[in-house]
Amino acid sequence: MSPAVALLVRDVKLAWREGGAIGVVLGFYLVVVAIMPFGLGPDLNLLARIAPGMLWVALLLAALLSADRIFHNDYEDGTLDVLATGPLPLPLLAAIKSLAHWLTTGVPLALMAPVLGLLLNLPLDAMPLLVATMFAGTPAVSFIAAIGASLTLGLRRSGLLLALLVLPLYVPVLIFGVSTVSMNIVGPGSPWPPFLMLTAISLASIVLAPLAAAAALRTAMR
Amino acid sequence: MISLANPTRFLNLVGAVVPWLAALIVILLGTGLYLAFFVSPPDYQQGETVRIMYVHVPAAWLAMGCFLVIAIAALGTLIWRHPLADVAAKAAAPIGACFTFVALVTGSLWGKPMWGTYWVWDARLTSMLVLFLLYLGLIALWQAIEEPGRAGRAAAILALVGAINIPIIKFSVNWWNTLHQPASVLRVDGPSIDPALLTPLFVMGAAFAALFVLLHLLAMRTEILRRRVRALQQTQVEHAVLAGA
Amino acid sequence: MPLRHRDNDAKRRPASLSKPHPCLKLAEPMQMPSEIALAAHDIACQRGGRTLFEGLSFDLEPGEALLISGPNGAGKTSLLRQIAGLLPLAAGRLGVTGADNDTPVSELCQYVGHLNAIKTSFSVGENLAFWAEFLDADENALPQALAAFGLTPLADLPAGLLSAGQRRKLALSRLFAAPRPVWLLDEPSVALDTVSVELLDAAIRNHLTAGGIAIVSTHVPLKTKFSQEITLGQERSI
Repeated sequence: MSPAVALLVRDVKLAWREGGAIGVVLGFYLVVVAIMPFGLGPDLNLLARIAPGMLWVALLLAALLSADRIFHNDYEDGTLDVLATGPLPLPLLAAIKSLAHWLTTGVPLALMAPVLGLLLNLPLDAMPLLVATMFAGTPAVSFIAAIGASLTLGLRRSGLLLALLVLPLYVPVLIFGVSTVSMNIVGPGSPWPPFLMLTAISLASIVLAPLAAAAALRTAMR
Repeated sequence: MISLANPTRFLNLVGAVVPWLAALIVILLGTGLYLAFFVSPPDYQQGETVRIMYVHVPAAWLAMGCFLVIAIAALGTLIWRHPLADVAAKAAAPIGACFTFVALVTGSLWGKPMWGTYWVWDARLTSMLVLFLLYLGLIALWQAIEEPGRAGRAAAILALVGAINIPIIKFSVNWWNTLHQPASVLRVDGPSIDPALLTPLFVMGAAFAALFVLLHLLAMRTEILRRRVRALQQTQVEHAVLAGA
Repeated sequence: MPLRHRDNDAKRRPASLSKPHPCLKLAEPMQMPSEIALAAHDIACQRGGRTLFEGLSFDLEPGEALLISGPNGAGKTSLLRQIAGLLPLAAGRLGVTGADNDTPVSELCQYVGHLNAIKTSFSVGENLAFWAEFLDADENALPQALAAFGLTPLADLPAGLLSAGQRRKLALSRLFAAPRPVWLLDEPSVALDTVSVELLDAAIRNHLTAGGIAIVSTHVPLKTKFSQEITLGQERSI
């Protein structure tokens, strides 16, 4: 196994083992979506209209909740120091850890979204597109979260600070993710332009975010 | 009860009871399903889909009943400090979550022909969803705390808080629901139910209850064995210390 | 940028050849890129605007060891982290000879710091296997690495069950799981019992015999012959 693959496999295994981290994220997603109708009322037409937005916002919160896992544990127990003396350049290290976060957070959340869509009366034929937008958009979510996680490494109240730093950066993802789905349901226009924008944002984040995260890691390790 | 406090005796008892219980479940479930599918008449309004009730309603009963078991076990943990109480509570939570999930899915499937959509924020289903969330919280708390003693006490406190909250949740959800829409469509397990439907329902209820007891005993056995493995591993580490490793 | 200082040749000594304790089983000396020499020239360290040390130089030939001593807060850990590439040099140069030209110093170093870098939900064996894979080492060395500090019987147990001393030994086993020519040990004997300290001591000597370099910060007297010693927290030390 190459070092990069070894690191990826290890991070995914840790997410499975450490206190059911994946399960908690999925549970959080379910809770956030499930309590919203109590505030809005059970009107199915209203819920269907706002479903894409609610599903996306809840997904961002759930992904953010687990974002400090990307670097925090490795920083606390000294693993990050040894990782840094390894053969991988720091940006690649950050990229692999972001990828592991995507595999253990973005992918399960995207796969769960249709079930929650049922709760919100999202039309069945919108489900494939919903999942597709989430698969396209969640890489950006994980890779940008890694920037926040590395910036807040070892700080007090890092979780809240992380949310404050990163949520504004999610605005474009949210806009294009939600409008792809609602364009498909109510229009106007084709869902393709926002979908392609979303994909572009993800691809750019995959390339650029690890550079920022690596720079932040370097300062955090001093 | 004193004899059951000894885990080894408990394990022996489980071994003795399991085959009989399994046979009982096969008989009850066979009879219940036969009655439900072939004997009981179709509903004059809902037609054949009413048969989903024979799975949905017992699952919902067990979903509630299982939380009651957990709450009683929580009292056992916190007040009587019974050694098997937190094992019982921990083993019951995933089973209860499964029954709740079955109730939610069957309720949703049942609702589809009536409502034209898989989910409506109906008072009963919504309360069931909140119950499911409570179960998830309990399971997550157990997963998050490594030390079994602390995990058991923390989960017991959460279970009691949840048990006290369930009636309040149920009441508020009902109120919320009637505020927004008139009376619920689902009234099959109300007092107006036809006696021809009741017999198969109760047989299925008994079958599900027996199934719960069986699963619960097996899960408790698994949990006891898991703790023994952990204890053995700990002694292995201590022996390694003595051996100078 | 390879560089080599010849100004303190007088301090060079042959590699320590003292025999390990007979009752201690030790892993065979690892293959490593021989003839690695490490030199620091006029390096300085600043933390929080304060200069911890400056003008610090040393020159380590293959098989030589450097002892770093000094009071708490003098910068021992910082110096080790600088050599491991975790902390930038405020001034000066750090260079190696004998390695491929483009190998960074940090990749020649095995750093065992205060923290053990152990995942408690992994087994002892999994922890070591990961480091061997990630640090691109030969996985056939794993049984030896486990045996080096007597962790073989614990290989399948979760690392979370280990005592503080056992965790420290697991961290030190990394030296064998992923052998590298330069060992950077920050208070390696913390939490270790006497027998284990002797094992560690012998392991360092073996490493030096095989042509490795060790830079150690410790308060416990070791039998290892340190060819050089740096005392931090004093004016212009070496």
